[in-house]
Amino acid sequence: MQKSVIKRSEPDEHGHWGEFGGRYVPETLVAPLDELTNEFMRAREDPNFWSELSQLLRDYCGRPTPLFHAERLTAYAGRAQIYLKREDLLHTGAHKINNAIGQALLARRMGKRRVIAETGAGQHGVATATVCALFGLRCVIYMGAEDVRRQALNVFRMRLLGAEVITVNAGTRTLKDAINEALRDWVTNVHDTYYLLGSALGPHPYPLMVRELQSVIGREAREQIVSATGKLPRALIACVGGGSNAIGLFHPFIADGEVRLIGVEAGGSGDSLGQHAARFHDGTASGGGQIGVLQGTMSYVLQDTNGQIATTHSISAGLDYSAIGPEHAFLHDTGRAEYVRASDAEALEGFQLCARLEGIIPALETSHAILPAVHVARELSQEDSIIINLSGRGDKDVQLVADLQPQ
Amino acid sequence: MSRIRDTFAELKHSRRGGFIPFITAGDPDLETTELLLVELAAAGADVIELGVPFSDPVADGEVIQRASERALGKGVTLSEALRCVSNAKAHVDIPIVLFSYLNPLLKFGKDRLAEDAKRAGVDAVLITDLTPEEAGPWIRALRGRGIDLIFLVAPTTSDERLTRIAQQAHGFIYAVSRAGVTGVRNEVPRDAEPLVKRVRAVSDLPVAVGFGISTAEQVRQVWRFADAAVIGSAIVSEIEKLADSPRAGKTHRPVRSIIATGATRWVRTRRLARQKQVLYVFVSITSAQNSCERLHWFDVRAENLKSS
Repeated sequence: MQKSVIKRSEPDEHGHWGEFGGRYVPETLVAPLDELTNEFMRAREDPNFWSELSQLLRDYCGRPTPLFHAERLTAYAGRAQIYLKREDLLHTGAHKINNAIGQALLARRMGKRRVIAETGAGQHGVATATVCALFGLRCVIYMGAEDVRRQALNVFRMRLLGAEVITVNAGTRTLKDAINEALRDWVTNVHDTYYLLGSALGPHPYPLMVRELQSVIGREAREQIVSATGKLPRALIACVGGGSNAIGLFHPFIADGEVRLIGVEAGGSGDSLGQHAARFHDGTASGGGQIGVLQGTMSYVLQDTNGQIATTHSISAGLDYSAIGPEHAFLHDTGRAEYVRASDAEALEGFQLCARLEGIIPALETSHAILPAVHVARELSQEDSIIINLSGRGDKDVQLVADLQPQ
Repeated sequence: MSRIRDTFAELKHSRRGGFIPFITAGDPDLETTELLLVELAAAGADVIELGVPFSDPVADGEVIQRASERALGKGVTLSEALRCVSNAKAHVDIPIVLFSYLNPLLKFGKDRLAEDAKRAGVDAVLITDLTPEEAGPWIRALRGRGIDLIFLVAPTTSDERLTRIAQQAHGFIYAVSRAGVTGVRNEVPRDAEPLVKRVRAVSDLPVAVGFGISTAEQVRQVWRFADAAVIGSAIVSEIEKLADSPRAGKTHRPVRSIIATGATRWVRTRRLARQKQVLYVFVSITSAQNSCERLHWFDVRAENLKSS
């Protein structure tokens, strides 16, 4: 694809961003996806939908979230002013609730009484369980056995909120397998079940819908940074698993060509296939991130040379996924956004840096964005500013990090 | 006219229901698959569906998921699955449908697939997660080499969409019997017959019904309103029982033969059931001591079952 600065990033009516996105699903799911698309398109044009959503986002979730000038982190980096978009201060502790509450409103409009969702780190599961409690909907969460182990606190939170948590033992026992099980549930129970997908991936309309619901992050940040500094930031930095927090921050800035959009993928523990979750890393002889289809959408997918989906590794459950949302693939190939990697070790360093310099313990997912942001800040001047999306708080990861400390 | 259409025309002419067993390539190993293709054909299958193993089979229930895992555990590839077909085709002449998820085919390449599948003797390809909207380039590549792309329809498919699918379809139409994944069910779902009727209203193509068909009684029911029944999980679980037996690990010839014979006898009895009006019930009795003795067959007179 030709690298020219794009001014917009909108899919066609079938959810394609260029060759990416679309809908690759078993036939049974086409009708419910059409139904969902129609309802979402209607809601999108309905002022009542947005007014109810913004009221809930304000009164229940705590929006707008602050844009915080991280002065000590700025001093540490030594150049550009670093701002943190504090999604960690939202109810349930991460940006995930922006999407969950919007989709729960849709489920209610559609008369679906049972909601299912997948979760990796557990943040989306907690957000979904929360909104289901709020709206009185039945809630079933699928979670990989490996993630259940490393995010035990979130499993307990979901159960407290009345959700049924189903442990998935298939495949790699992580997010990908949780999505497979959720899709199998949905295909079986389409008549009464709403699938509340948690990231900007999956079949159309999910990547578009999740982006629309998360774009509140970028809209707020844009106003806040302009009001604080009188101009646009030079760069936005966010971690990218499926990519919902990143696309939510990036999207309102797409047309601002001077603002660099930087996504940070999980570099894991090494360069070989299976040791990382960096989908834009085209990899080694054994395979890497290449264009493919996983779970309903065409995007960059970590796979072996036979098209089998590769296992991934990341210290953070939320980034541990083999594919990336299709809009990110489009932004990557058009050159509008850049994607870098941070290893497990760099994420841990970012985690501690943010805790010690700013008194904020970020989620391990979010922690991946800290060191790359410091590097970007160092290339700029003191008059410039950059924004890190502080997408979630790290309480859920404290035990895991404690276990990694030398005794 | 394609091989598939010939087969269905012949079935219609002789007023028989078609029998389409499904097995996964490389489950439990490639030699067994090759043997199974030959044996299933000899046992009287009309068409065989050969599954290409995939790491993330979202449309499949546990039985076929595990079959994929067994095959992938052995590192089975699409090329090897095609070689199985090619080797089997040297012995038997039976239409073969390659049944796959999109990503392994995408990685292999459309044109290369069309070329290699043709050479191997594959007659049709069914791609579980490829909807007609995204299928254009695949239809062109495959049909260019005389291979049919088979489409699925489901109880949730609207009439309008059914018409569009029918316009693009060749070979036969695969009707998914119910919303859900593959796997053994107790009865033929009520959705199946109305769906087949809706397909008939918009298409002259033969209709095969699959997903959840596992017993002779269900096959007989399906034959009353559709042209063929697809049996997957019920056969694959027989393969699994034998593949998991202590002696199968050594994969010597006799054990492979037992697996092949076990699965094909399953098919054969069901065909006999049709012809002789006698129902056979296949019971496999687990005997850890001697896996060769694991297969036992009991015939039950149709009268006995009719009353139940």
